[in-house]
Amino acid sequence: MTATARSTKAPDAATQALHRSYLRQMMLIRRFEEKAGEAYSLGKIGGFCHLYIGQEAVAVGVMAALRPDDHVISAYREHGHALARGLTSRAVMAELFGKATGSSAGKGGSMHIFDAAAGFLGGHGIVGSHIPLAAGVAFAHKYRGGDQLCVCFFGEAAANIGAFHETLNMASLWDLPAIFIVENNGYGMGTAVSRAAAVTNLSVRGNAYDMPAEQVDGQNVLTVREAMDRAVTRARAESKPTLLEIKTYRYVGHSMSDAAHGTYRTKDEVDEYRRRDPIAVLADLMKAGGYWDDGRHDALVTEVQAEVEDAVTFADASPDPDPSALYTDVYAPEGR
Amino acid sequence: MATLTYRDALNVALREEMARDDRVFLMGEEVAEYDGAYKVSRGLLKEFGPKRVVDTPIAELGFAGIGVGAAMVGLRPVIEMMTWNFALLAIDQIVNSAAKMRYMSGGQVGVPIVFRGPGGAALQLGAQHSQAFESYYAHIPGLKVIAPATPADAKGLLKAAIRDEDPVVFIEGEMLYNLKGEVPDGDHVTPIGKADIKRAGKDVTIICHSKTVAPSLKAAEALAAEGVDAEVIDLRTIRPLDVDTILESVARTNRCVVAEEGWPFAGVGAQVVDTIQREAFDALDAPILRVTGADVPMPYNKVLERAAKVDAAKIQDAAKKVLYL
Repeated sequence: MTATARSTKAPDAATQALHRSYLRQMMLIRRFEEKAGEAYSLGKIGGFCHLYIGQEAVAVGVMAALRPDDHVISAYREHGHALARGLTSRAVMAELFGKATGSSAGKGGSMHIFDAAAGFLGGHGIVGSHIPLAAGVAFAHKYRGGDQLCVCFFGEAAANIGAFHETLNMASLWDLPAIFIVENNGYGMGTAVSRAAAVTNLSVRGNAYDMPAEQVDGQNVLTVREAMDRAVTRARAESKPTLLEIKTYRYVGHSMSDAAHGTYRTKDEVDEYRRRDPIAVLADLMKAGGYWDDGRHDALVTEVQAEVEDAVTFADASPDPDPSALYTDVYAPEGR
Repeated sequence: MATLTYRDALNVALREEMARDDRVFLMGEEVAEYDGAYKVSRGLLKEFGPKRVVDTPIAELGFAGIGVGAAMVGLRPVIEMMTWNFALLAIDQIVNSAAKMRYMSGGQVGVPIVFRGPGGAALQLGAQHSQAFESYYAHIPGLKVIAPATPADAKGLLKAAIRDEDPVVFIEGEMLYNLKGEVPDGDHVTPIGKADIKRAGKDVTIICHSKTVAPSLKAAEALAAEGVDAEVIDLRTIRPLDVDTILESVARTNRCVVAEEGWPFAGVGAQVVDTIQREAFDALDAPILRVTGADVPMPYNKVLERAAKVDAAKIQDAAKKVLYL
């Protein structure tokens, strides 16, 4: 951890505002996901629904380091990534509800959130399958010149799949401006990383491909941001990829059908991680610096609750896609 | 009009499209310094440089996905599979990424990419290197599937595929690369989704594509010697299927044979037969027969291999059967 991440002195006003925005984004994601869980149990959301609760600092810290013209691609636990990238709560919630107003017009669902204008390229449901796509986006950036980059989020279980290794090899071989984010939340569904990976320090896998890599504390958004800044500089200035293993934890089950604890992990373990909650870590740091307090915190809680309530109301009131939408978007429209 | 091999016609198409559009690049195993495993990319590295003619490691899944990613943000990748047998390693990217991206993004993200390479059996390459994949990919909404039979169509359809906004699976005939034929000069672009009547006739329709076109034409000549006037339709594009041309022909001939290199079960011919029985049942004077590869993994032994493959005699026999001759 760096000095900035530990600092208890009050930073300048701009930094204070930045920290407040990080806090707001994390709290928004938390509340959004809690509400999505409720909506799922009410039957408003169908299919699979993978919540991001506990991992918020990763999405927020990573996105904070990017520019609007960069690209982001993610797996299926991506509601938080989408929100942190700037998609509205309304568009994401409406997509979970399968509505025409959703970010993918109701055709994608929880696992396929897209916003091309925001450079958010999904939302992919096959473990590890999108990792080469990120390298392809980075390939295109390099092909065209310029200093855009592509960030790819995936879980630690995806680091065991062939696509991960093939992609890291080519990304390094060809010096592609991609940043590969392993969100190591400890479990691929119910399989602990130690039961799935021969080497549990996943960052060392960068060595095999001569790719700079770091292990990062994912419960501290400022630490994540700092690691990202180093990776972003490497991508923009040197057109080189980075592997970041960001250690985090999901408080909830893999999807909606499994309990948070009781089978593959204990309640004590979940409680232990909750004591280093990413929202509390930042709020405490801000309080220690004297630029945050319980009153402001409570007001922010109310603010994000209102935003999420509005998103649910909007999603609920939005129409289903028109039946004619069934057969559109399979191919490009005629004449294009 | 120049006489070119099928291989060189593909080469010309690539060269012209790369010259025309700097978003087009070629990526695959041995495409650059080795000049192509089958020499389809001969000379392209020299002409366009390593940025646009990219040798890859042996990692089909990875470089197929890299192509899809590049296409998602506006490049026009041509991804060469050394053979379609190896593309099974990449089928997740072709099916789950390329084919579905536009739909699952609600129309926001298209994937204008061509996956191309040789398919079908050559000679004595054994079970893992001898298979026709058209029906695998034709099953998938979101993909277009092209399998040209002649040098002219190889050029015209590859150019159309590269210009298309959607992912195209372009299956070349491994045994067709040395086939020579007249190829129109210049910007010869053949529309996707249009079959071609390679021989007009009135007594029976033989529907075929890729490597079964030449034996179908040979069968038609043999049938002509027996007084039977066969029409030979080359599908050229498997998906979207040119239903109109098929139905128009069957309405005239009332009899049909479908020949393909692939296996019989759920093959391309099964789809063609399904279409005809629904749309032209009353036109048929006989059940439609299919001629396919044998329903077995390809044997190595020369005699067994020959028995497993479609040939002109098998097509001729089937045509006579639907004519009750």
